[in-house]
Amino acid sequence: MPKPGRWQVATVKQVTTETKRAKTFRLALSEASRHLAGQHYVVRLTAEDGYTASRSYSVASPPDESQDIEITVERLEDGEVSAYLHDVVVPGDELEVRGPIGGWFVWHGDTPALLIGGGSGIVPLMAMLRLARRSGRSDLVRLVASVRRPGDLYYAKELPGPETTVVYTREAPPSWGRPPRRLGEEDLRHTLAPGVTAYVCGSSGFADHVTGLLALLEFPDERIRVERFGPTS
Amino acid sequence: MKFNRDFKGRGGEARDPRLPRGQYDIGSDWPVLSAEATPNLATSEWTFAIGGLVGNPVTWTWDEIQALEPASYEGDIHCVTTWSKFGVSFGGVSVDTLLACAVPLPSASHVVAYSHTGYTTNLPLGDITDGKAWVVWEYERRPLEVGHGGPARLLVPHLYFWKSVKWVAGLRLLDHDEPGFWEVNGYHDRGDPWLEQRYQGD
Repeated sequence: MPKPGRWQVATVKQVTTETKRAKTFRLALSEASRHLAGQHYVVRLTAEDGYTASRSYSVASPPDESQDIEITVERLEDGEVSAYLHDVVVPGDELEVRGPIGGWFVWHGDTPALLIGGGSGIVPLMAMLRLARRSGRSDLVRLVASVRRPGDLYYAKELPGPETTVVYTREAPPSWGRPPRRLGEEDLRHTLAPGVTAYVCGSSGFADHVTGLLALLEFPDERIRVERFGPTS
Repeated sequence: MKFNRDFKGRGGEARDPRLPRGQYDIGSDWPVLSAEATPNLATSEWTFAIGGLVGNPVTWTWDEIQALEPASYEGDIHCVTTWSKFGVSFGGVSVDTLLACAVPLPSASHVVAYSHTGYTTNLPLGDITDGKAWVVWEYERRPLEVGHGGPARLLVPHLYFWKSVKWVAGLRLLDHDEPGFWEVNGYHDRGDPWLEQRYQGD
């Protein structure tokens, strides 16, 4: 049975700005524990009076030989943990973390996978895409990223490729072929292939919308894995 | 690790005694979390069964379970993703009422609760008896929404909320513990928020 590791102290090595509201934190773990693409870590903050707050964050980096992980964190208004990570944490700081966690929303890198992410829901899917690209198996994955506006897209430089599609719902870049509108059947139809497993990640509303589209396309329910990002802050 | 510099957190002055360690008060929100597509279950198709180590295996239809003695819960719920929600009310039937019909055998020590979608979770029998668990179809006196497990879900509010199976279909009584969906994926077999039993090994 998979047990997440114990609480350990990680050192922040690098902080990268992804968008106005999202930053990626590269953490050096003190105890190596290799994750699977799609798993998450818990970050726990402790106040001087002993009060603690912890939140889960998906790992964006693929499993690799390093003892580092990258998590991408969206800054939520009043986000007890996310606001602290954004506003206070700098390289060299130490954070208490625990993981990797999760054995359901994971991709092992050897089966066909359709990855559909809304907004910050792309984070665990990015670990999967990066794993596929690193191992030369990009042919196994298709990734559809849905965002409102160009400025909301995470990993914008790295994402483009023959296996990825970006869908803009409110505002598209100039001369973008597809007018901005909600993700629809026509955006997914060409991504479906026999034997594929769909990994859907985003807000609960996004997840319901996408699983509804997949049902319309007669995609089998039992081949859908969903990770809903609640308003954990 | 002693503490994070400049981290105060919420409720620094007066911690609410209703909050188990590591939890925060989410207020009026109620996040929807599930690992699968939300099913579309008509009450005419919904059933609830108790089987396994029982003297009298029973299956109730929607109308039959509604006719049982009503019971309600008012209190708090705690999700392993660290939110807690205070003062909620649910209406349905006590699991004690259902088990009294099914008659557990003396050898029964645990249950697997399962949903109409295939989700499972494991519980010691003692955690769902003596007024600790319900099958509920009302939330705040209104029909339970499908996103929150409607038409009916299990409610075991003294444990983390993943134990409160949405779209519940039944209980299977066993003489051993058999880890369910999240439990084989690293989550704790019992899940007591007051002991912070989040993951295997806690």
